[in-house]
Amino acid sequence: MQPFAYLRADRIEDAIAASGPDARFLAGGTNLVDLMKSEVERPLRIVDISRLPLDRITETREGGVRIGALVPNADCANHPLVRERHPLLSRALLSGASPQLRNMATTGGNLLQRTRCYYFMDAAFDACNKRRPGSGCAAREGRNRIHAILGASEQCIATHPSDMAVALAALEAVVEVHGPRGARRMPMEDFHRLPGATPQRDTTLEPAELVVAVEIPPGSFARASTYLKVRDRASYAFALVSVAAALDLRDGRVHEARIALGGVAHKPWRAREAEALLRGATPGEAAFDAAARASVAGARPYRDNAFKVTLAQRTVARALRVAAGIA
Amino acid sequence: MSPGAASPIGLPLDRVDGPHKVSGSATYAAEFQPKDTCRALIVQSRIAAGRIARIDTRAAETMPGVLRVLTHLNVERLPQQGRAAVKPPAGREMSLLQDDAVRYNGEPIAVVVADTLEHAQEAASHIEVAYERGPAALDFEAARGGAYPPRKTVRGPPDTTWGEGASALDSAPVRIAATYTTPYEHHNPMEPHATVARWEGDRLTLWDSTQYVSGVRDTVAKTLGIPTGNVRVISPFVGGGFGCKGSTWSHVMLAAMAAKAVGRPVKLALERPQMFGPVGGRPRTEQRIELGASRDGRLIAVCHDVISHTSSFEDFVEVATSPTRALYAYPNGSVTQRLVKLNLGTPTFMRAPGESTGTFAIECAMDELAERLSIDPLELRLRNHAEREPDTGRPWSSKRLRECYRQASRRFGWERRDAKPRSMHEGPWQVGWGMATATYPAHRQPAQASASLARDGTAVVRCGTQEIGTGTYTVMTQVAADALAIPVDLVRFELGDTRWPRAPISAGSMTVASVAPAVRAACTRLRDALAKQDRRWLDAADDAGRRSAWRALAASQPTATEAHGESHPDASEDEQPFAARSFGAVFAEVRVDPELGIVRVPRVVGAYSVGRVLNAKTAANQLQGGIVWGIGMALMEESLLDPSSGRYVNGNLAEYHVPVNADVGEIDAWMVDEDDTRFNPLGARGIGEIGITGVAAAIANAVWHATGRRIRDLPITLDKLL
Ligand SMILES: Cc1cc2nc3c(=O)[nH]c(=O)nc-3n(C[C@H](O)[C@H](O)[C@H](O)COP(=O)(O)OP(=O)(O)OC[C@H]3O[C@@H](n4cnc5c(N)ncnc54)[C@H](O)[C@@H]3O)c2cc1C
Ligand code: SF4
Repeated sequence: MQPFAYLRADRIEDAIAASGPDARFLAGGTNLVDLMKSEVERPLRIVDISRLPLDRITETREGGVRIGALVPNADCANHPLVRERHPLLSRALLSGASPQLRNMATTGGNLLQRTRCYYFMDAAFDACNKRRPGSGCAAREGRNRIHAILGASEQCIATHPSDMAVALAALEAVVEVHGPRGARRMPMEDFHRLPGATPQRDTTLEPAELVVAVEIPPGSFARASTYLKVRDRASYAFALVSVAAALDLRDGRVHEARIALGGVAHKPWRAREAEALLRGATPGEAAFDAAARASVAGARPYRDNAFKVTLAQRTVARALRVAAGIA
Repeated sequence: MSPGAASPIGLPLDRVDGPHKVSGSATYAAEFQPKDTCRALIVQSRIAAGRIARIDTRAAETMPGVLRVLTHLNVERLPQQGRAAVKPPAGREMSLLQDDAVRYNGEPIAVVVADTLEHAQEAASHIEVAYERGPAALDFEAARGGAYPPRKTVRGPPDTTWGEGASALDSAPVRIAATYTTPYEHHNPMEPHATVARWEGDRLTLWDSTQYVSGVRDTVAKTLGIPTGNVRVISPFVGGGFGCKGSTWSHVMLAAMAAKAVGRPVKLALERPQMFGPVGGRPRTEQRIELGASRDGRLIAVCHDVISHTSSFEDFVEVATSPTRALYAYPNGSVTQRLVKLNLGTPTFMRAPGESTGTFAIECAMDELAERLSIDPLELRLRNHAEREPDTGRPWSSKRLRECYRQASRRFGWERRDAKPRSMHEGPWQVGWGMATATYPAHRQPAQASASLARDGTAVVRCGTQEIGTGTYTVMTQVAADALAIPVDLVRFELGDTRWPRAPISAGSMTVASVAPAVRAACTRLRDALAKQDRRWLDAADDAGRRSAWRALAASQPTATEAHGESHPDASEDEQPFAARSFGAVFAEVRVDPELGIVRVPRVVGAYSVGRVLNAKTAANQLQGGIVWGIGMALMEESLLDPSSGRYVNGNLAEYHVPVNADVGEIDAWMVDEDDTRFNPLGARGIGEIGITGVAAAIANAVWHATGRRIRDLPITLDKLL
């Protein structure tokens, strides 16, 4: 492990001022510290943000839910506001990692956790554009059963591993960040990015920018939503494919639909075309199957992950049925 | 045992070392901290084949805390280039920096010694290595063409035939043939390997996490070229071994060499990713099985041809044909073992080596034959029950497999199974029931023990065996208390030290069968010697009386009375007039999500014929643990090899999947009544490995029953069922 300086910030401004390209914020540490031990991350400065006053869940004036960046995943999943209004998020969180990890993991850290691409996580591999820009992508010709089928690039086919982010994408949450140039807010959609030619960047966050909260706008999805995660063992495994499905059902029709997929792309994958197909449709197998097909339109699998196209499609159809209560 | 005293043998005694383990006072190898201990870290190769053209350690050597960097350029030269103790499959080819060759990705190429682990790690990342790459064989499929017969296997020559051999298949009215494959796997006990080495003059002490203290001592002494008596190995607790700690691997020697080089005690603990390569693993196998039978389901012949991988520099054979040779009454048979060389670390024994992989193939093939014949799979096995060992014709020392089938099938409810695949459902799930026979050979080796009575009344019983989590401390305490006719709490059993009388490796499920008779012999001698002095404790009416008489006897001793005992089998395994093997019957229920391919195992039921049970609790625990592993083997376990670099890419416990609690449903496993005194005086055959055998087949067969799909390639991940 490379020697580093350790600073603990008591105020948001101090954390931002202490940060920079060679620094990393330390929240729960469950991802960062692992990556430092394996020398994938080699920061010169650690800015410990775990004491910042960002550990509250509150209701916004508009009736939304605001989740502080340092709220532990376990607390978030079990908070009454989250359980009642956004059970989808609660389910997504509880499907992730293990109780011990969820006690440590935070909102901000969860969104900013790095990919589980094998070649990214093992510094012994030279070719990883995400870890060493311009070095190539070992996964393309390597073991890529867990990799992306949508939105990947020549340079990188990694997926984003977070379950929470998938739920937040479906709920159209807004991320609030503070940085050297002040505060800004962006929809989840614009927070993570596709790899393109610069896979070293997972998100649109600028150096020294700190996530302070996510806000979920009020919605009418609580009654007809679910998070369905498919993985290689019953618990404590990352998603091969996951689906956050939420329906606003009115008068026997789909008023609005949200579908986001995890495990298939470099970011939570909003299936907007599928959502459009569902709008106004009668909930049922026919409509859901059509939406499922549309969800994987344009999918491009690699050597080991062709199964994900079928799996993603079936998982979407199943999630929609479960959400609509007709499974 | 004296009249009135209830024998503690067989009782479900709690682990005597349990309180130490849960309170953290049990000391594992890496927790020993002799004064001035520093840390060593192994640097591994990043290519699969070739040589080190240049290795630059100058920057690393000047970094904070660094004491020494050992490479092939500066390390001590060992006798015979470090190969003095090489004797496969027990004495392994190690990587001891004696030359510049690189034979697999992850091979040790340097050792950094520093005051702290962090300093060693940082220095290691500043070592620059330039390689000259050579051609690397990494593709099992491509290497198959060059498969060759090994010189020998642990079960004799690589090829065996009996009766008419394969040609008998030609006359069989019904034949099935299929090929089964199992992946690379790695043991991953909870405690990774660790060694602490301390030199005092020319004497070396090693605290090591090992299944074989005497083996480590002998190998290290021979490799270093020093007298065996100069090496002491200590290993009071081992956090699981499963075979990977049965051999002395490179890190043990490298720790000793590093300690010598810096003149300080050195601690070398492997990191989790280092468990994937330099310390063995289960070889990949490809197994072709052909069965011939009469229309009424009598087996006529079996052929089982196995190809498994080994390293480029040492032959290790996964004898997957072993269970096939033992399971059924086929009058004719032919089995072959072949190897392919790959540029990977040498594989090794892994829980039920040969039997776990082999039972997957033969027990799936039996299910396929049952399907073809429209005979119930259990009935097919009963019709072909082997009353003698098929390939040698020897009788069994004892075998209660029929009783296992009977008890387990009844408890499982097998008679309610609808034979047709896809016929059973539970809500949206497809339900499948499958079964298989479990089996593991019984081994026994010579062992010695000592017993003495201390003045405080403690019977101190010692044996250089190991506690690898199986319950040796507890079971041997029971055996000693039984022979001495005293309550168990008056016994202190000590193990894991080469100063104690020699015992065999804790492997092959033979610890109880080998060590218990020696412990009993030593304790019986001690009892007899003491009885001559004062036999009141033997005649006491109750425990309290025994206890006080025993204490009085102890206090009256001028010096401690000590006795030695030893025990060995009457003949080698091949020369015994009987064949000794354990068997079992395992039944599994699976639920399959027909749309998403998800497989769950809500219940596994198994009954086992394993000889006499010395502790019902630790025994059941071994069976349950084996079954859990069998679930993992069936559904998830696989080391993923990167095809171009030869590195395993999922070398950590987040991405290398073993079952978590949620993957394990109800497990109902027990031992049928048996007493195999023909095999050894205690009547026990050993229990550590049989639990995993047959489970993967039972699950695969259940998956077929649920879905109509035969998955012949492990693990059965959901993508294979979509
Ligand atoms: C074995 C294992 C299994 C797991 N399984 C799952 C799973 O199934 N599903 C799942 O979703 N996750 C899973 N995880 C990942 C886990 O959810 C993340 O490790 C965790 O959420 C990270 O949160 P943290 O607070 O510990 O982040 P840290 O490790 O502290 O930080 C992670 C990154 O985020 C940055 N960061 C943290 N907070 C902020 C902030 N406020 N602003 C800007 N940057 C910030 C850090 O600088 C760092 O780069 C698993 C992890 C492990 C180890
Ligand atoms: S997929 Fe992305 S993260 Fe993985 S090796 Fe390629 S560039 Fe690196």
